[in-house]
Amino acid sequence: MNLPYYPGCTLKANASHFEDSAIKALEKLNCQLQEMKDWVCCGTVFSLSNDDLMLQLSSIRNLLRAEKQGLNELIVLCSMCYNTLKRSKDFITDDKEKLEKVNNFMYMEEVDYKGTVDIYHLLTILKDRITFETIQDKVKKPLNSLKLGAFYGCLLVRPKEYAIDDFEGPTIIEDLLSALGAESLDFAYKLECCGAYQTLTQKDVSLKRSYEIIRSASRAGCEAIVTSCPLCAYNLDFLQKEIDEEQVDFNKIPIFYFTELMSIALGAGWSSKWSELHFVDPEQLLRDKHLL
Amino acid sequence: MKRIGVFVCHCGDNIAGNVDVERVAKEISKHDGVAHSVDYTFMCSDPGQKLIKDAIIEKKLDGVIIASCSPTMHEGTFRKATASAGLNPYQCEIANIREQCSWVHFDKEKGTQKAILIIKSMIEKLKMNELLYPVSVSTNKNVLVIGAGIAGIQAALDIGEAGHKVFLVEKKPYIGGHMIQLSVTFPTLDCSQCILTPKMVQVNQDENIELFVNSEVESIDGAVGNFKIKIKRTAQYINPDICTGCGDCVEACPELVPDEYEEGLSYRRAVYMSFPQVIPYTYTLDIDNCLGLNPIACGKCKEACKENAINYDLRDEIIEKSVGAVIVTTGYDQYPMENIGEYGYGKYPDVVSGLQFERLIFAIGPSGGKMLRPSDGKPVKKIAFIQCSGSRDPERHLSHCSKICCMYTAKQAKMFKTKVPDGQAYIYYIDVRAAGKDYEEFIQKAQSDQKLIYVRGKVSRIYKGNDKMAISAFDTLSGKKMDVEVDMVVLALGLVPSFGTAEFARKFNLSVGTSDFLSEAHPKLRPVESVNTGFFLAGTCLGPKDIPETVAQASGAASKVLSLLAYDSVEKSPIIVKVDAEKCDGCGKCAEECIFDAITIDKIQNVAVIDEMKCKGCAYCVPECPYDALEQKNLSSQQIYNMIDAILGKGNKVEKDKTHVPKIICFLSEIGPYQAADLAGTGRMEYRPNVFVIKVLSISMLNKNHILYAIKHGADGVLISGSHPGESPYPGASLKAKERIDSIKSEIKSAGLNSDRIRLEWYAGRQAKGFAAYVDKFVEYLKMKGPVDSAKWRLLH
Repeated sequence: MNLPYYPGCTLKANASHFEDSAIKALEKLNCQLQEMKDWVCCGTVFSLSNDDLMLQLSSIRNLLRAEKQGLNELIVLCSMCYNTLKRSKDFITDDKEKLEKVNNFMYMEEVDYKGTVDIYHLLTILKDRITFETIQDKVKKPLNSLKLGAFYGCLLVRPKEYAIDDFEGPTIIEDLLSALGAESLDFAYKLECCGAYQTLTQKDVSLKRSYEIIRSASRAGCEAIVTSCPLCAYNLDFLQKEIDEEQVDFNKIPIFYFTELMSIALGAGWSSKWSELHFVDPEQLLRDKHLL
Repeated sequence: MKRIGVFVCHCGDNIAGNVDVERVAKEISKHDGVAHSVDYTFMCSDPGQKLIKDAIIEKKLDGVIIASCSPTMHEGTFRKATASAGLNPYQCEIANIREQCSWVHFDKEKGTQKAILIIKSMIEKLKMNELLYPVSVSTNKNVLVIGAGIAGIQAALDIGEAGHKVFLVEKKPYIGGHMIQLSVTFPTLDCSQCILTPKMVQVNQDENIELFVNSEVESIDGAVGNFKIKIKRTAQYINPDICTGCGDCVEACPELVPDEYEEGLSYRRAVYMSFPQVIPYTYTLDIDNCLGLNPIACGKCKEACKENAINYDLRDEIIEKSVGAVIVTTGYDQYPMENIGEYGYGKYPDVVSGLQFERLIFAIGPSGGKMLRPSDGKPVKKIAFIQCSGSRDPERHLSHCSKICCMYTAKQAKMFKTKVPDGQAYIYYIDVRAAGKDYEEFIQKAQSDQKLIYVRGKVSRIYKGNDKMAISAFDTLSGKKMDVEVDMVVLALGLVPSFGTAEFARKFNLSVGTSDFLSEAHPKLRPVESVNTGFFLAGTCLGPKDIPETVAQASGAASKVLSLLAYDSVEKSPIIVKVDAEKCDGCGKCAEECIFDAITIDKIQNVAVIDEMKCKGCAYCVPECPYDALEQKNLSSQQIYNMIDAILGKGNKVEKDKTHVPKIICFLSEIGPYQAADLAGTGRMEYRPNVFVIKVLSISMLNKNHILYAIKHGADGVLISGSHPGESPYPGASLKAKERIDSIKSEIKSAGLNSDRIRLEWYAGRQAKGFAAYVDKFVEYLKMKGPVDSAKWRLLH
């Protein structure tokens, strides 16, 4: 199965292990991620900030180029890219006036965007197209005895129109982890905000949020947290340095992308390069569980 | 030729503000056939009515038009006045120039012009109106009551007491409804069973009440005064006359099933008695969970029964009865808690519903009245109650307030306190609403209890903490996030109409209002009647309410029924379908199609015969007749054509320039769209005045000629609107109309014409905003398309 794929900037930099592990894991499922050509930034928070058409241009430019390349859908890994692209798509679809205005802005693109490209998160594809049953059948190294907390953050489930699952009680990541053989534990803060970009301007906000999230997961018995958002992964992982210094009762736990765990379970293995992109050492836990 | 009088009402400033009433009266006086035309401040007032009566006599009028508010308001009033002046009441028609003109168009010139056209069209209709006389039917004095909760019980007792026979039908094996599940009632804290069981026993003993448990109403045919009903009684396999209630069969039964009466908190056998005071006092064999009625499969209960009361050979029966009126008291169910994801999908056993708590705290409930956690039976020390679980959340759940939850939560918290004196309760609320006698005092007492902590804030999540249930909430009074751990959480779930109400409503032509509860004929002034004449409603099927209010409504419905039954006959509207015997050749197509089985074919004369009693006048059959032999009385095809002519101004040439003002003819059914148009007026939702309404009983009466006539004669668009297929009082009529109109549209398309000039939309009475907006858009569309080329359309056959 070929999956037309939009990576986004972070997956080519700080979260390259997210992309790498996804490619490896999907190969084991006979799926290939086919990166679209000429993609640009998804627009990030700017396109969400208000309904100014200018701010949507970056997202829509991606949709237009995908359409021009003959793609009718894009699979996205990063939660933020998923959210922005999908919202921008809905923002102009069925609104001919806006669509026309946007196309006028992008006259350099030579063709007009018609609004035919659908946006899917990889998790949705795993669940609906590949199915968790198939994944379960292909597990080589079940993640037995690994206790994991699925962390959704905001962007996979908010606003509710763009939620990839029940927006108040999602279980899609848990279901995937169960298929991989792990034990997934419910915890209170799995839908909370990690503090997002506040980490740049008001770091204490992000520190507090991340601390509460990790503490909540630890208390529920989670040995690691699993996410699909590079920003959440950054905050939850790299802020643990300062949290650890400030909080006496704190124990560090590793943060994984779901694709990293898929790679291990499906027999595509672990790469030491990935470890370098983690702050809290993930290898110790994996070794303890005999997964490395 | 008829001498017609026109009476234009000012309605104070309501009409006169936006319509030049004096000019209207003057213009109309010039119209062909008008013998008298005046305006007056309030036509509905006594002097106004006198004005009409005097004019009828003095001017020797044969028909009157009252140009005033919607016919739903005062048609009755004016027809009565007309009749008292010696004129047939069906010679009085209302021109709706308030709700559908002066209240929605604020340009006085345009409003005035539209009012004139509305009145003219009604005059043209009136000219061909026949003299009609209400049909009188003798009434059957029996009554059907559906649902035997407290409302059904009360209504049945009241009617039985007055000496009429009541058939009380209940789906469950016992009567008493939800009330019999409750521990105590607020605000008096008297035991629910203690006050209800005497009434239940009374039902059982009343010779006038015939009780059908395990039964559902299959069908109700006929009309007010003469309903034929079919009750389906599921086989009980246990003869209640022989059963002594010894319980030997229960001990023999090997099957375990979650107990519905205990809200699934404990188990019962497949043969069971719901609770010791059950009425009727007999065991029930639950066939769905029984191992099999075949003695080879199990048969243990039959062996155990010494009285031989168990008979596996019994089958479901259909019981036919006749009644004059029906009372619907189908009650409520709780909002499904698995819909509220953040409260645990019902996956945590220690998160329980309000009704489950009632069972848990009940002296002989599943935990023997002890406060124990359902998950592991450990004692409950800390408890949380979450109010508005599902209620008042228009975005995700129910938009309505379920009204009783504040009170029952306070009651439950107090009871918890009595059972666990050292316990701690948290009550999360948005607002506390306690409007009722002694209610506020009750709440205040609860709030002043140190151990009952009221927290103003909504719980965002419930999850499994260490051994306990953990709750995250935001206390909006202190502005702080609050995390507590408790042993048990009680959700004060919102109330929804009992599951299956929508289907029930469809089946029996009852209209459904906001929040899916059944709707009353008038929310204020006819609170226990249904728009479907002969049906009465009471209790929580109409909306959330407490026990006293339910009982009051039940007695209200009973007294309404009694006043109906006080007469030996009822009158029925004479607006039905008539047959032109000359044209009819007795092919029987109409008889086949009729929804109400009202048409038979006289084989000797070869002509269709309409049963005046059964025909509801929907005229669904009219377009079916291949010979155009059927017409609705007082709304014949010719009348429709004449009305359209009056609106379009026959012979007027259509100006083909940019100032083209499109005209839309709207056929609106009386129930649904016409009400929506009226409500748009009440809400002063302005829309463009290019829209002219022709009221029909049902849009299923319209055939191709009716629809095309308008466009062929210069209308730019036609809007046909009926009530939503599920809500129409004539089952299947809306869908049939859609089928017909779709085929007309495809014909138009294949002739190369724009079929989008003819639109079909569904509107319920409540959708006023939608209607007003749609009409505006349609006008806009037609403006864009420019004037219609009527000549091309005339080529269509």
